[in-house]
Amino acid sequence: MIKIKDGLLKSLLGIILIIYAVSIFLPILLMLLTSLKGNREIFTNPYGLPHIFNLDNYIKLIKISNYLVYFKNSIIVAVTSIFLILIISSLASFVIAKYRFMGNRFLYFYFIAGLIIPIKLGTIGILKTMITLHLFDNIASLVIVNVAMGIPFGVFVLTDFIRMIPEELSNSARIDGCSEPKIFYKIIVPLIRPALAAVAIINFIPIWNDFWFPLVLIRSDNIKTVPLATALLYGQYETNFGLIFAVLSMASLPVIIFYLILSRQFIKGLTAGALKG
Amino acid sequence: MVKSYKKKIRYFIPLFLAAAISIYTAFLVVPIFNSMILSFYSGSGMTPSEFTGFGNYIKLFTQFPFKDRFFGAFGNTIKFFLMVTLVQNVLGFVIAIMVSRKFAGSKIFRRISFLPTTLSVLAVGFLFSLILNPIWGFFDKILEVIGLEFLIKPWLGIPLTALPILAIVVSWQFMGESVLFYTAGIDAIDSEVLEAAKIDGAGLLAEVRYIIFPSIRPIIGIVTILIFVGDFTQFDIVYAMSTSMGNPSYSTDLFGSLFYRTAFSSLERGGWGMGMGAAVATIIFLIVSVGVLFWLFVFRMKGVSQSE
Repeated sequence: MIKIKDGLLKSLLGIILIIYAVSIFLPILLMLLTSLKGNREIFTNPYGLPHIFNLDNYIKLIKISNYLVYFKNSIIVAVTSIFLILIISSLASFVIAKYRFMGNRFLYFYFIAGLIIPIKLGTIGILKTMITLHLFDNIASLVIVNVAMGIPFGVFVLTDFIRMIPEELSNSARIDGCSEPKIFYKIIVPLIRPALAAVAIINFIPIWNDFWFPLVLIRSDNIKTVPLATALLYGQYETNFGLIFAVLSMASLPVIIFYLILSRQFIKGLTAGALKG
Repeated sequence: MVKSYKKKIRYFIPLFLAAAISIYTAFLVVPIFNSMILSFYSGSGMTPSEFTGFGNYIKLFTQFPFKDRFFGAFGNTIKFFLMVTLVQNVLGFVIAIMVSRKFAGSKIFRRISFLPTTLSVLAVGFLFSLILNPIWGFFDKILEVIGLEFLIKPWLGIPLTALPILAIVVSWQFMGESVLFYTAGIDAIDSEVLEAAKIDGAGLLAEVRYIIFPSIRPIIGIVTILIFVGDFTQFDIVYAMSTSMGNPSYSTDLFGSLFYRTAFSSLERGGWGMGMGAAVATIIFLIVSVGVLFWLFVFRMKGVSQSE
């Protein structure tokens, strides 16, 4: 009796799983496939595979808008932000993990609190500061905000990782006359590369996708990022379905490809965070 | 070892900390307090200069249209949060139980389930608006095929259905997060315990109830608090699917969109000036803080005292 019920339950769960899998792929595939169809085909053959895979919508997108510039801006913001997050949070994590000083524990929790504080709610203050610093409508403002947002997760992951490095390694370097900063970049940095990679990978996605801060801080067209461009073009070409799906695909493909290549490291990094947190 | 280095001047400690402390403090911590101070001032432009005490808050809670918009968004945000929490926790848990079992493709399935979470909320919102679009809409077509044409309606145009649709889209997108966290929790359960239960003849339901559920309870807390903080500041989905006005007739207006409109939009588009915007941000911050403290108190006290 129990067995039959279990069997039924398991097949029911199996069906849920299949429906779920379909629901993941269908919208994404629909987006990618429609972006490859001509405008007439979207209506004559809305749900099938495209007759010919053509990139006309993408070519048109690049012709009618500054898309390549937006794309370049997003890459500049992401790369610079991640680079700075790695340097700044590894320096802080090293000191917090390896040295005892007044306020050490407090400092750790001070940074970790940022994991749960919604930075969005400080946007008015950020906007005012950026105006004072003459960084309003400047791409640097996005980098600064991203770094502030990235530090908590960076410190959280890296401090833990550095704590696990045996002190003997540093001590033998000290005996050889190594200064403390030198220990950091000669011994610690090479050892924490996997953790640095995890921090970089996990930060890339929210930074690439951020729409809120560009919306508030950026005005000039030549420094807009991909999410801003997505909203702009969606508003302008709402009825040109082929073009709109190309816009959405262009915004999504970088993260999809990035994730598919690095998903193992990605999941490992996030899982470790979840179990500890 | 630490002791013997105490005597040296450790100039590098403040140096190494300087960048992290100053950027984090200046651009994450101070701005929030800045908003709190600003919420006591009124006036136009970027820096309202006229001190009004609790004037902005009184306006927000008692005067038309401020109180209507505020309590409207408050109610919507709570409904939205409850719907997302329910879907993401229940379905996420069920799917996690499935994918934590070893079957052909279970590893790949885990990875795939996180894919939507990596996309931007904005793009997902636009995508689902198009799918629900009455002219082109794929969704209506599906309903037709499975014989439910009577259900076809402008889902995003009706106040009653618009908010649940937004909640479903957000749950769809972030389901991967719940699945990932719950699977991690289930994987961490000692496999000998599960084996023993099986030998004792425990069925799947008993296994879930007596072994899996109790051991992942803290993860339910983490997933819920992440949803809570995310939903109480959610903006992108409203912007993409029902504009920053929370159409139709403010039925999808959430705290995130209310804050954006009041603080950063022009007067004609629902702007209330920086002082009022700051008051809205402060109230949201207080609500989120109370929620987080409550979570820390309920779910984390044990954990913290253990790790001390």
